[in-house]
Order: sequence, then structure tokens, then C-alpha cells
Amino acid sequence: MTQTEVQPTVSAHAHHAPPERKWWHYFTFNTDHKVIAIQYLVTSFIFYLIGGVMASAMRTELATPNSDFVSPETYNNLLTLHGTIMIFLWIIPAGAGLANFLIPLMIGARDMAFPKMNALAFWMIPPAGIMLALSLLVDAPQAGWTSYPPLSLMTGKVGEGIWIFSLLISGTSSILGALNFLVTLLKMRVPSMGLNSMPLFCWSMLATSALVLIGTPVLAGALILLAFDLLAGTAFFNPSGGGDPIVYQHMFWFYSHPAVYIMVLPLFGAISEILPVHARKPIFGYRAIAYSSLAIAFLGLIVWAHHMFTSGTPAWLRMFFMITTMVIAVPTGIKVFSWLGTLWGGKIALNSAMLFAVGFIAVFVIGGISGVMVAAVPFDIHVHDTYFIVAHLHYVLFGGSVFGIYAALYHWFPKMTGRMMNEPLGITHFILTFIGMNLTFMPMHVLGLQGMNRRVALYDPQFTTLNQVCTVGAYLLAISTVPFLFNAIWSWSKGRKAGDNPWKALTFEWLTTSPPAIENFEVLPVLTWGPYDYGVEHLSEGEEPPLTSPELQPNTSVAS
Amino acid sequence: MQGSTVDSTKTALNYHAEMTVDHHEEHPDHRIFGVIVFLLAESMIFLGLFSAYLTFRAVYPEWPPAGTPERELLLPGINTIILISSSFVIHQADTAIKKNDVKGLQTWFVATAIMGIVFLAGQLYEYHHLEFGLKTNLYASTFYVLTGFHGLHVFFGLVLILAVLWRSFKPKHYSNEEHFGVEAAELYWHFVDVVWIILFILLYLL
Ligand SMILES: [Cu+2]
Repeated sequence: MTQTEVQPTVSAHAHHAPPERKWWHYFTFNTDHKVIAIQYLVTSFIFYLIGGVMASAMRTELATPNSDFVSPETYNNLLTLHGTIMIFLWIIPAGAGLANFLIPLMIGARDMAFPKMNALAFWMIPPAGIMLALSLLVDAPQAGWTSYPPLSLMTGKVGEGIWIFSLLISGTSSILGALNFLVTLLKMRVPSMGLNSMPLFCWSMLATSALVLIGTPVLAGALILLAFDLLAGTAFFNPSGGGDPIVYQHMFWFYSHPAVYIMVLPLFGAISEILPVHARKPIFGYRAIAYSSLAIAFLGLIVWAHHMFTSGTPAWLRMFFMITTMVIAVPTGIKVFSWLGTLWGGKIALNSAMLFAVGFIAVFVIGGISGVMVAAVPFDIHVHDTYFIVAHLHYVLFGGSVFGIYAALYHWFPKMTGRMMNEPLGITHFILTFIGMNLTFMPMHVLGLQGMNRRVALYDPQFTTLNQVCTVGAYLLAISTVPFLFNAIWSWSKGRKAGDNPWKALTFEWLTTSPPAIENFEVLPVLTWGPYDYGVEHLSEGEEPPLTSPELQPNTSVAS
Repeated sequence: MQGSTVDSTKTALNYHAEMTVDHHEEHPDHRIFGVIVFLLAESMIFLGLFSAYLTFRAVYPEWPPAGTPERELLLPGINTIILISSSFVIHQADTAIKKNDVKGLQTWFVATAIMGIVFLAGQLYEYHHLEFGLKTNLYASTFYVLTGFHGLHVFFGLVLILAVLWRSFKPKHYSNEEHFGVEAAELYWHFVDVVWIILFILLYLL
């Protein structure tokens, strides 16, 4: 037993039928959090496709050691835009999209705290992204997504200027979004929901929002100084004028390491929602998962210089950052073990959402392990700027974030659209993605250990075979998007009707209609039991809910 | 009653019925909390820039770098006093509106706005008479960018104050119960003030 709806207030809302949602609302400045969520998700997915085309072009170039598909300069442009677009216009806004859809529904609110600001935050994304993508036609940036000076000051003012400006806009967007999430989560929960009975997705968004609010402004500061160097001729970061490029690196990574968690924490939250539903079991270690998000956020703020082990960082400082970086594996490990504990002995339904969720755990753990490896200073000095890092970051950002986003889309698609997605297509999508992902990025570990440099279009012929394997994997990944796209578009209009709660899930968003009505709830829900009490019989006063699988409990029947 | 595995509607109803609140009838105001969170995020930009400044300073053998012209303290000193006092002045406006005194609110807001304008004018005057330019050296660059960025914030604060002032002439726009705009402008102004105090210490005194 969990939540119920109660009818004490049949006031304002009962008098007039709520206005209908029209398709063209999605193209306007609408303040409904659900409209904004769909806008975020669709827009960011389009940028994902754009970034993916760029990745495929790069992999095509890398199929041979020579420069034969695109010029080395174009390769640099593609490399820079691919990284920037995937991070700032796909994963971060996609997380914001999920948060927009789920937070008010999960906490029983009718909308976000500041709906207009919410819409404003979304509408900054398209101009920032279009500007960046179109820069390819004029003079694209080519200093990599990190844009280190002095390189970034020497590769063309127009492209770099567009890059800075675009990031300032999308950064502002994510600050305004996070401000909304934080205030909504802290102030707008239904009265019966304490912090410790929030769904775990809400906890992860609390941590994410804090990171955005602390980190992103510092990046903005760095970008402002970089813009002065680039356009006004100052020398903050330019050594030839007496500046210090290392300061840029510190400011950049002070944001960009936490950005890793900004990109993956929302999906940690989503996985924590998806697993108990499809394993029909209470989540294992609710508080451990909830508080480890906060621990990750805190530790994430004090590890940034592990990206700078080869930048002349003094030895004692490298020691500090090595240790904090390794420590961050602990709260992450706590989450992984809690997820495994949740799966253990559950009645697992291996549908598309669950496949991606389990795939997420498997692949993310590989990225986590290589993360601990590169945290070690001596190892990092060896593999710095090689394909080992490329492999590591893609296991975290593709295997983690992208798998997580797919899992979340399959899980909440019925709620968002009112229709089910097609399962065979979803499973095909998963199999192709899983094989393609590992085929693309696993060989890069080897390439990196053998010393192949990243960020360069040309390479030594001895690396050809493995690179061709990577390229085949990349094509497979490109193909894997087709069944998903087809599935999403087809199911949105023709899919089987989902009903309010197709998964028999217990969090608030499943109590309302699918798709939810304009103000979410006819009457506000009341929380009477935890969000993950699957297979738990309603207990009398004073009894504790079981902590492990219901099958292991004496004398309890398993519901559903 | 969707989504439950075991039917116990009645218990739930009895237990929690008295706790349900309709959000639309008693909408609690989160705007001030929002402003505070926003200012905390804003302060991170300044914190980042201050850290950059301190790092430049720590790495340089001599600070300000050799050849930087002497800085005049009199004008910025007076400016600082004006800006700090304006924080007390704007607080009087807040006190006034809490007593439903719209006239008082207007008077104190006009006073604050004048002090803000004097501050900005003083800063422009200083820019014109300084013997170093934006690109003279690293100290000069950080000086101009930091004070300029702060000046931009003073300007925004001024716009906020004037907007609130404009609205206060509409009848019954602000009262002892509804004066979010006044509070937001005041908070923002205090923020700008605190940032200036740190900047003044960093750039002029240290
Ligand atoms: Cu990092």
C-alpha cells in the first residue's frame, strides 16, 4: 500500500473542465512543466542525432590512418562540436527534461515553483545549439570541448567566440533550470512527503541542482575572462602577455568535473526508480542511495585537478586530488551494490526499460573501474591524452548517461504520451546499442594503453585494425538509433493505450492520467507509505517494512 | 486508488484526510527563497573570479606588477562609503513598507538610487583618470574586468530599484503584506554591496 488520492477539495478545479493540450503548444512559450519537459527531450534528442552524425564522420575519417575523408581542420571542428553538443545540448538538457517532467509529478505539485523562468530556461537551448551547430558553415571552433588557452586563442576568433557565447547561454539555462528544481523540491512537496520519503530521483536532482548552482557560475567566470582574452586582447590566460593558462584549467574543471555528475546523477536517480518497479521489490538501501547522491555531489566538487596531473600541478596537490577521486568511488559503489541488492531475488521483467537499466549498471561499472585507474597519478601520466581516456569517458557518458536516458524514456514514455512503446523494437534497440557501444569503445582502452593520441585525425598505421573495429561499432550505434526513432514516433501516435499505471508502479506520477492533465492531479495525492513498497503488505502501526525481498520474508504473500 | 498492491484505501483515507491542502488556495510564496538561491549562484561567479585574481597574484613575483601606476584611494574610498551607506538607506525603505508607508518607501528608494548613480558616476570618473588601461598588465586587466563586472551588477540593481519605484506609484501595488519586489531589490542591493567590499579590499587595500 502506498499512496491514495483523497477528495477533500472539490473547489476551483471542479467548476470548469481544464483546457485541452494542443499539439502546437509544444512549439510555443508554454509554462506547463510537462510541455517544457517534452520540448527539452525532443530538442536534446535532435542535438544527439547531430552530434552522432559528427561522431560517425569522425569514425569514418579514423577508419584509415591517413586523412582521406575530411581535412584535419574539419576533423578538429567535428571533434570540438561533437564533445560540446553531446555534453551541453544533449545529456544536460535531457536530464533537465526528465527532471521537468518528473519532479512536480513525483512530489505532488501542480507545476514548478517558477514556471515562466522554467520556460525561459528551455528557450535558451535552441538558439545556443543552433548557433553552435551552424558555426560549421562559417568557422567552427577547433580547440576541443575543453577549449584550453592559448590554443583556443589561436584557432580563429569567430568559431571560438561562438563557442564561448553558446556555452554562456546554455550555462545560464541550466542555472535557471536548477534553481527551479531546487526550490520546487524543497518547498513544494505535498505536506505528507518528508525529505526522506521523496522518490530517489528527487534526491538525485537535489544533488544535481546544487552542483549546477555551485559549478556553472565558475565556468561562466572563466568564459568571460576567455572572451576578453579572445576579443579584447587581454592576457588573463595568455602566457605571451603574462597570463596564466593554468588558472583557466582550474576554473574550467571546477565546473567540468562536477558536470560529469550533473550528467549522470539524474540517471542514477532514474535507475533507482526503474529497478524496483520492474523487479517488483522494495529498493535496497533507500537512505544509502539518497545520501550517497549528496556525498557524490560534495566529493565531486573537490576532485577537479585530477584532469591536470600533467599540467605541472605540484606533487602534494596531485596526492590530494588522487585520494579524493578514489574516495568518490565509495558512494558510487554504494549505489551499485544497492541496485544489485534490489535486483537480487526480484521478479525481474526484462523489458526494454529494464534491459537498458541493467545494461547501464554493467557498462557504467566498467567506466567506474577505469575511472579509478586513471585517478592514480602514475597511471594517468601514462595514459593522459590517449584513447584510454576517450574509452573511459564514453563508458561513463554513453554507457552511463545515454543508457540511463534510454531506460528512462522507455519507462516513462507511457506516462508522457499515454501509449506503450513496442517491445520487440525496444529489445532490438537495446541489443544493437549494447553491442555497438562495447565494440566502439572497448578497443579504445587497448589503443590508449598502446599510446594512440586522442584529438588527432591521423595515426600510426599499427593502430589500423582496432580503429576499424571501433568504426564498425560506431556505425552499429548509428543504426541502433533507427529502431528507437521509429518506435518512438510510431508508438506516440499508434501505440497501445497505456492506461494510468501500466507498470503498477507506486510513485505519485502513476496516480494521475497518462498523459497527465494540465495541472497534474484532480486532487492532490497523499503519501501514506514509502514509494518502493512493492510486494509489501500494508503493515499495522509500529511495524517495520521488510528490508529484503518479499520471497525471503516468512509468511508474506507477494502481490502483483 | 490506482497503483496499490494491497487494498487499504480506508486506512489511508482516515489517517491522512486532514492533511490535504490545495495548493491553489494557499499558495506559499517561494520567490524570496528563489532570489536567495539565485544570489548564492551569482556569488559563485564572483568567487571564481576572486580565486582567479588571488592565483594570478600568488603566482606573480611582484604584485601589482612592476610599473603599475600608483592607485588613488580617495575617490574609491568615498565611493565605498556611499555604497555601504546605501545599504542602510534601502533597508529604511523595507522598514517603511512593512508599516504600509508607501511614501516612505519611495523616499528611501529615490535616495538609494541617487547613491547608486553617484557610485557609478564615480567609477566612470575613476576609469577616465586612471593611468593604466585594460591591457597594461595583468593587474590592470583584472582590475577593469572585476570592477566593470561589479559595476554591471550595480547597474542592474539600479534598474531593479527604479522598476520597483515606478510600480510603487500604482495604487496599492505594494503594501505591508505584498512587497516582494521591494525585498528582492533590497536583497540584490545588499549582495552588490558585499561583493564591492571584498573587491575593494582585494584590489585597493591588499
Ligand atoms: Cu573529473
